[in-house]
Amino acid sequence: MIDMPQTLTKVDVGNYQTLAHQAGKVIRLGEKEIALFKLSTGEVKAVENKSPHPKGGTLADGLVSGSFVYCPLYDWKISLNDGKVQAPDEGQVKTYEVIVEDNRILLLI
Amino acid sequence: MEKKHLVLIGNGMAGVRVIEEILKLTPDAFHITIFGNEPYPNYNRIQLSNVLQGKTTVDEIFLNEWEWYRENNITLYTNEAVAKINPQLKTVVSTTGRIVAYDELIIATGSSSFILPVPGTNKQGVTGFRDIQDCENMMEVARTYKKAVVIGGGLLGLEAARGLIDLGMDVHVVHLMPHLMERQLDKTAATMLKEELEAQGMKFLFEKQTSEILGDDRVTGLRFNDGTEIETDLVVMAVGIKPNTQLAIEAGINVNRGIVVNDFMETNTPNVYAVGECAEHREITYGMVAPLYEQGKVLAHRILGLEVAPYEGSVTGTQLKVSDVDLYSAGEIIDDKSTKAIKVHNEFEGIYKKILVRDNRVVGIVLYGDTKDSTKLFRMLVDKEDVSGKTSASILDSGCCGGSQADMSVDSMPDTEIVCGCNGVSKGTIVEAIQTKGLTTVDQVSSCTNAGRSCGRCKGLVGEILAYTLGDSFDATKTNKKTLCGCTTLSRDEVVAEIKEKGMMSTKEVMNVLGWNNEEGCSKCRPALNYYLGMLHPEEYLDERDSRLVNEKMHANIQKDGTYSVVPRMYGGVTNAEDLKKIAEVTEKYDIPLVKLTGGQRIALLGVKKEDLTNVWEDLGMPSGYAYGKTLRTVKTCVGSQFCRYGTQDTMQLGIDLEKKFERLDTPHKFKMGVSGCPRNCAESGIKDMGIVGIDGGFELYVGGNGGTDLRAGDLLCTLKTEQEVMDMISAYIQYYRETANYLERTSTWIERVGLDHVKEVLQDAEVRKELTTKLDRSLTRYNEPWNEALKNQQIREKYYKTEEIPEVLV
Repeated sequence: MIDMPQTLTKVDVGNYQTLAHQAGKVIRLGEKEIALFKLSTGEVKAVENKSPHPKGGTLADGLVSGSFVYCPLYDWKISLNDGKVQAPDEGQVKTYEVIVEDNRILLLI
Repeated sequence: MEKKHLVLIGNGMAGVRVIEEILKLTPDAFHITIFGNEPYPNYNRIQLSNVLQGKTTVDEIFLNEWEWYRENNITLYTNEAVAKINPQLKTVVSTTGRIVAYDELIIATGSSSFILPVPGTNKQGVTGFRDIQDCENMMEVARTYKKAVVIGGGLLGLEAARGLIDLGMDVHVVHLMPHLMERQLDKTAATMLKEELEAQGMKFLFEKQTSEILGDDRVTGLRFNDGTEIETDLVVMAVGIKPNTQLAIEAGINVNRGIVVNDFMETNTPNVYAVGECAEHREITYGMVAPLYEQGKVLAHRILGLEVAPYEGSVTGTQLKVSDVDLYSAGEIIDDKSTKAIKVHNEFEGIYKKILVRDNRVVGIVLYGDTKDSTKLFRMLVDKEDVSGKTSASILDSGCCGGSQADMSVDSMPDTEIVCGCNGVSKGTIVEAIQTKGLTTVDQVSSCTNAGRSCGRCKGLVGEILAYTLGDSFDATKTNKKTLCGCTTLSRDEVVAEIKEKGMMSTKEVMNVLGWNNEEGCSKCRPALNYYLGMLHPEEYLDERDSRLVNEKMHANIQKDGTYSVVPRMYGGVTNAEDLKKIAEVTEKYDIPLVKLTGGQRIALLGVKKEDLTNVWEDLGMPSGYAYGKTLRTVKTCVGSQFCRYGTQDTMQLGIDLEKKFERLDTPHKFKMGVSGCPRNCAESGIKDMGIVGIDGGFELYVGGNGGTDLRAGDLLCTLKTEQEVMDMISAYIQYYRETANYLERTSTWIERVGLDHVKEVLQDAEVRKELTTKLDRSLTRYNEPWNEALKNQQIREKYYKTEEIPEVLV
C-alpha cells in the first residue's frame, strides 16, 4: 500500500436517525476506537475514545452537556468541537470531522 | 382464671389502635371480639384522598392485615354492624342476630358524612366521602360521567375535588362561606390556596347554599337558594361529619354531640367506653388521628387497670393532602386584640406564614407554601414554650434542617431566610447588597433592598446582619453561600424550594427556568438535579439516565482502563452453591481477570469488557448489587442466632429483609448498613450509615457511622423491640436523610450538620414517622431491576452497551 497521509477517506459508521442523543457510541475501526456523540442540537461529534488524562481511560460513557463531554474517570471537561480540555486542566483529544449525508454518518479518517 | 371478654364496636383506626395498645401492654388480658360494618380489615382512612387521587391503592392502605387478627386471636366480624347494646345484660346484638356478651365494651363507631337536609339526597350520584365504598363509587362515576360538584370547601371537600380532577372530571366546589377552609385558614392563606387550586383546574362557587338536588333517579343538577342552578352528574357531600351515636343513644348512654366521656374515655355507663370520632371529650369531638391515638393510649391503660395520666384534650394541626399544595395550620387562626402576629407574606414565592402569639406563647400557626417549620412550631404551641427571648425570624424559620438550634444567630441563619417579612427580603439579599454596594448603615440597606421600610420591626436584625457582615467574619460570610454548582448562583435549598414550588419536572426545565449559565448544566448539577427531582416527585418524575454519572448510567463500576466491574446482589452477604457455581462459570467463560471479595461481603468480578456486560448479567441471572450507586449498597450481617452462640437476634434474616426493602432506592450518597447480633459487632455496625446491633429482647440503631473518608463512630439513635419497629424507624430515617441532605452528602457529615438531637426529635413523632415512611414507600415503587431491564430493552442495549465494529469500507 502507498502511504498517503494527506488523503482522508470517508467511512460510513452508521445510521444518523437511530443514533441516540447524549450518550457516546463506541465505534471500532481496526485498532482505533472512536466515540460518537449526538448533541441535543442534532450535530454529531467524533473523538478518539481515549481520555487525554495521563492515567488514560475512555470517554464514551461520560456525561454530555452542550458540546462538552465530562471524562467519566477524572471529570475533565473536554470540548467535542476541538478536543481541547477546559481549564484548569490541560490536554487535547483527537477529533474527527463528521459529515451527515442521506441519513448516514460519515467520518473523515 | 377465666379471661374477660372485650368487645369493640367499630373496626376503624381509633378502636383498633386501642386493641393494639392493649396487646402491647398485656397480650393475654382479654378474649377480644371486633365488629366492623365494612368488609375490610382496619385501613387508613386518612389515605382515602390519596386513593382517589390515584397515588395509592386500596390494598396499600390496610393498617392491619387479616393475619394480624388471627395471630392475636381476635374474633373479627366484618360486614356486620352492632344493632343494639344491652348494658343491663352486658351484651351486644349484631345485625345478623348474633349475641355476644362483654365484660368491657368499647364504642368506636366513628362518624359519617353529614348529609345536607335538602330534597333529593337519595338520588343516584349523591355520595359522602368517608370510606372505601364512597371512593369506589366516585371512581366508578368518573368512568362514565364528566361533571362533578363537591359541596363543602373544607379539608375533605378539597381533597375529594382534587381527586375527581385527577379522575378526569370537571369539578366545581360549592362553599357556603366567602373563603375556603375558614376553620383552618385566614383570608390571605385561603386566597392563595384558591388561586393554586384554580390553576389546577378547580372551579369555585362561594356563598352558595344548596336548596335542592335536581334530577329523576339520577342527579342532574343542584339548585341554590338564590335561585341559580348548576348541572352535574355527581354530588359529593363534604360539609362535615357527624359522630355515629345512635347505638349509644338507644342504650341510654349519655350523648351530647358525641358520646360523652370523661378523661379516661369512660361513658356514664359502667364498663362502656367510647373512643375516636364518635366520642365527645370536654365538649370537643375530634376528627384528626393524633388525638384519637392519644385517647387510645389512655383507654388501653384504663381498661387494663394500669396507672395512666388523664387525657386532657389535644391541640391538632391540619395538613391538606393535595398535590402541589403545602399547607399547615394549628391552633387559633384569626388575630384578635390579645394576640400579636408574626407574618411573612412572600407573594413572589407564594409563601405565607402567620404565627399568633399571646402572652409570649405561640397559640396559632398558619403556613402556606412552605411548611417545613410546622413540626417545630407545633411543638412550641403544644409545649406552650415561652418565646419572649426569640426573634421573630428564629421562631419562623429554622432553615432547611437546622431546627435543632434553639436560638438562631445571624451566623447560623441560612441565606434564604426572610428577614423583612413585609417586603420579603432574605438575609442573602441583604448580605449581598452590603458586600457589593459597600453599605454601612441600616438606612442604606433599607433604601437599597426595602428591608425594614414598612413596619420597621426587622431593623434590629438588619443591624445585626450589617455588623456581622462588616465584622471580622466578613470573609466567612462571603463564602458562606454554597451554590449548587458553577452553573447557578442558587444554593441547594433555593433550587429545591423552586422545584417544589414551580412543580418542575425535568433537569432541563429547572436549568431553563432558573437561568442556568450553562444550558445543559455540568457533571455536578445534572446528577444532583436528577436526584432532587426524583426525590420530590417520586411518582411523576421520569429518571434521566443521561444525567447520571458513568457508574449509575452503566449500572457497573468503570475501572481505570475503561473496563467494568460486576457485583451481583447477594442479600445480607448470604450465598449458596448454585450462585457460586454460576459466578465461577461466568468468570471462565468471559475470561474475567479478577474475582475479589468486597468489604461489603460481596463477590466482585473485575475487568469485564463493556460489550460483555449484558451477556455476563444474562448468564449470571442475578439482580444488580448496586455496588456503584448513590443508594443502599450492602447490608452486611453477622451469622447471628441461626448459628452463633452469642447471637441474640436473627441478623441474617433481618439483613436480607432490609436489603430487599431498600435496594435500588436513590439516596443523596451511598448508604451502607450492618446488622450484628451482639455487641461484638462482627458486621461492623458501629461504622455504618445505619448500624443495627441485636441485644436481648431488642435492637440498638446506630447512625452516621463511617469507615471511609469521614471515619466516624455511629451514634445511638434509639433502642427498639421488634423487627417491624426497626424497619419503620429505618424507613423514616432514610427518608428524612433523603429529603434534607445535600446531594453527595454522606450521613456522617449530614448528621453533624443537622444535629443528632434534631433528627431524634423529628423521628420521635409517630405521625411524622408515618408520613416519612409513606413517602419512602411511594418512592420505592419507582424502580426496576436494571440489569434485567437492559436485557429486555433493546434500545437500552443499543444506546449504552453496544460497540460497533466497522469494516473499513470506502464510500
